[in-house]
Amino acid sequence: MNSDSYEAVIGLEVHAHMLTRSKLFCGCAADFGAAPNHNVCPICMGMPGVLPVLNRHVLELAIRTGLAAHSRIEPHSTFARKSYFYPDLPKGYQISQYDQPLCRGGYVELPPREGSEPRRIRLVRIHLEEDAGKNIHSENASLVDFNRSGVPLMEIVSEPDIRSPEEAVDYLRELRGILVAVGASDGKMEEGSLRCDVNVSVRPRGTSELGVKTEIKNLNSFRFVEKAIVYEVKRQIEELSAGRRIPQETHLWDPEREVTRPMRSKEFANDYRYFPEPDLPPVLVAPDLVESIAAAMPELPAQKREKYGRDFGLSSYEVGVLLGRDDLGDYFAAVLAAGVNAKAAANWVMTEVLRAANESGKPLAQAVPPPQQTGELLRMVEQSRISLNAAKNAFAAMCRSGNTAEATVLELGLAQVSDEAAIAEVCDRVLAAEGAKLAEYRAGRDKLYGFFVGAVMKAMGAKANPKVVNEVLRRKLAG
Amino acid sequence: MRPSAVFTQMTSELNRLTIAEASARLRRREISSRELTRACLDRVAAVEPRLNAFITVTADEALQQAELADRRLDQGDAPALCGIPLAIKDIYCTRGVRTTCASKILDNFVPPFDATTIARLRAAGAVFVGKANLDEFAMGSSTENSAYGATRNPHGLERVAGGSSGGSAAAVAADECLAALGTDTGGSIRLPAAYCGVVGIKPTYSRVSRFGVIAYASSLDQVGPFARTVRDAATVLEAVAGPDPLDATCSGRPVPDYARALSGEVRGMRIGVPKEFFVEGMDAAVDSGVRGAIAGLEELGAESVEISLPHTDYAVAAYYLIATAEASANLARYDGVRYGLRAAADNNIELYNRTRAQGFGAEVKRRIMLGTFALSAGYYDAYYLKAQKVRTLIRRDFELAFEKCDIIAAPVAPSTAFRLGEKTDDPIKMYLSDIFTISVNLAGLPGMSVPCGIDPEGMPIGLQLIGPPFGEEAILRAGDAWERSGKFAPPRSRL
Repeated sequence: MNSDSYEAVIGLEVHAHMLTRSKLFCGCAADFGAAPNHNVCPICMGMPGVLPVLNRHVLELAIRTGLAAHSRIEPHSTFARKSYFYPDLPKGYQISQYDQPLCRGGYVELPPREGSEPRRIRLVRIHLEEDAGKNIHSENASLVDFNRSGVPLMEIVSEPDIRSPEEAVDYLRELRGILVAVGASDGKMEEGSLRCDVNVSVRPRGTSELGVKTEIKNLNSFRFVEKAIVYEVKRQIEELSAGRRIPQETHLWDPEREVTRPMRSKEFANDYRYFPEPDLPPVLVAPDLVESIAAAMPELPAQKREKYGRDFGLSSYEVGVLLGRDDLGDYFAAVLAAGVNAKAAANWVMTEVLRAANESGKPLAQAVPPPQQTGELLRMVEQSRISLNAAKNAFAAMCRSGNTAEATVLELGLAQVSDEAAIAEVCDRVLAAEGAKLAEYRAGRDKLYGFFVGAVMKAMGAKANPKVVNEVLRRKLAG
Repeated sequence: MRPSAVFTQMTSELNRLTIAEASARLRRREISSRELTRACLDRVAAVEPRLNAFITVTADEALQQAELADRRLDQGDAPALCGIPLAIKDIYCTRGVRTTCASKILDNFVPPFDATTIARLRAAGAVFVGKANLDEFAMGSSTENSAYGATRNPHGLERVAGGSSGGSAAAVAADECLAALGTDTGGSIRLPAAYCGVVGIKPTYSRVSRFGVIAYASSLDQVGPFARTVRDAATVLEAVAGPDPLDATCSGRPVPDYARALSGEVRGMRIGVPKEFFVEGMDAAVDSGVRGAIAGLEELGAESVEISLPHTDYAVAAYYLIATAEASANLARYDGVRYGLRAAADNNIELYNRTRAQGFGAEVKRRIMLGTFALSAGYYDAYYLKAQKVRTLIRRDFELAFEKCDIIAAPVAPSTAFRLGEKTDDPIKMYLSDIFTISVNLAGLPGMSVPCGIDPEGMPIGLQLIGPPFGEEAILRAGDAWERSGKFAPPRSRL
């Protein structure tokens, strides 16, 4: 069988650091970047006698995420202890939801790719758990930083509904969009706010039985997720094609060599001895709470896409480009907020802004003027104070100088002349100088109209408002 | 001249007062907390070499606390426990004071925080004489499993004090303090209270915060007091009980005024007598002592009814699965990484193995292994889950029983205090000391031990009174009525 006769079956487990001020079970700050062991207390250090108390805000964020993902919010869920020894795990167990998670079911709808239907990736569950600390190994010692110990994590587990590496990335992107929209996560994968484990198996196309899966752990970028899946699918197909079996294994992605490699069984073969956490009563979610959270849901990515299409007349391609990058989408929204026509703003952001950002190689915010200034510039075009071409020149200059739109247009002398008297004067001069052509035109050579427009514009250094030029010229030519 | 000088000749006896008496005299400024504390510390110095009720005596801190208490008393603004010397089981985290849990693994551990109960006692102006001995991590029934040596029974030094809160019970019985805090997971307050002839209360699970109390079995552990009278025990309980934002399992129910429950009136109270708690092989003295106390309550107007708790036989087995399962996780944190003992090692695994091998005693290791096994893949359903089902049945037994009675009366243990070393070689025999106390923990109910007699060798016998959930007032009322009836006067320690 060749590789086309196999299909990939992929499921994702996403761990999201939640955007809360304090940790899951104590009052310590949950933010990153503090000096080692600064954000710690007896509770998250696992001192004798301490007890966990659930952070209510975390619960609300998780419920909001569940609602955004169409999940069922369980009225009764529980925490369990997951036992294993590791220096960064202060209690010797992790408190995690296990057999009774907060949310079950639901789905994430992927935006349509060119020429394809929208797809739904179903969810198995969403649950809460605490993060561990961090081991830091030096030459002759290992140090542990417990700042991260007890930071709330939300684990979102998908069904094996994903069929390609691209679809996995689409899913991850959409999920991230949802998490950011509901305020549950900052979505910063590169900073470790989202981590992803991928389950991959392959099976002969047309069959419905699941193959033996490989779990690939600890992927922290969209690119790695895609590459790891591409690699793993290819590897599995080669193994099966060669008549070998796939053992159920846990692999690690090696970003240097761009391969996955099996972890030693010692690294993961734990009996976690889960049992209900006796220090935390069941989490009881009253219908009122769910209703009040549902009533205050923020705009979700899918709703935003729909709104952009409906209200701004943007094509799904345009929406896809604009919302495909957080920075671009945010920039667009900010230009819109400056009171610019949506279509014009969309075109500008997708062409000029994107180009400038790509060419500079810098983050968008540093590559282009603040969105308010871009909005200002586009408003000048709308008000015919400058031409579209002039705006492009001004934008390029603004990207370099960081000056305001107003100052740049003034400095480059790009302001358009809309003064009818001034334009009429130039028109008179041009017509007087081109007596022969005028005669020809009046004799019926309509095509010469363009010549006169060009001549007027040239005489005015291309700064005349074309609309006014047209009006005046037509009147004069009509004689 | 301060009025206390009049009593100078009695100073050596101050440590024998009840809280009620001492508090009244402190308030009248007839005595000072400093004198009272000094008397306790003198007694500690005199008897500790023989008794070993304390792991750490905090004499300097105690005298400082006493002086602060005296200042409050002088100002006339003092809660009931102000200036009262107490012993604290060395399982409570005490800020700045070494807290060992009777384990070598915590020999050098000084908590940076107070348990909620300790903070409440501090705020009330109580004085802490020291940290009382216990079975390591509260695992035991005799206080012989202590890395700091066994505590002896003040009524017979060759006998055990009971456990696991043996140090707390012995300290109260030997007049080293006026009252004490213990913890009760399977009988660890009631059994030593019975063996040492003092009052011990294990309140309803969730009545008192567990925050800062080193966990043995989280779903069973409960904080409680020892004292020489029911009234004193109620006073201490009231001071430590109540909602705590740091303990998610702690009840939000307001704490009643327990003193008001002590009316002496038990007329019409229905006392259930469970037939399963009067078994073959029980000491005759225990049987007659407990039955005598029940008859005494009947004479005061209560009526007794026979009840049945049919699943009692399974309680010990269920307990040793649930408690050890929870303990196996609770004790995982003692890994040598952050505090406590750290054995020399070249890698993680060695660090864990050596630290835990050197730090834990035999009984603790036994229970960790039992619990780890009970939770292991393939055994969970057969052991842990089955035990939880038994627990539900035991709870149901009590629910049904309390349809017929207001409180339950039974022995605390089948025998009086046994001899040191008598059961140390046979864990099962030791576990069976808790046969009458364990089911109360599994059901989360309040239970109390009140002295009700002595055996022919002079060893105390305890009457166990069990209430429905949050039925502390009923058992306190019955215990107090029995105590005040004068039908039995508990002997004082002969030390």
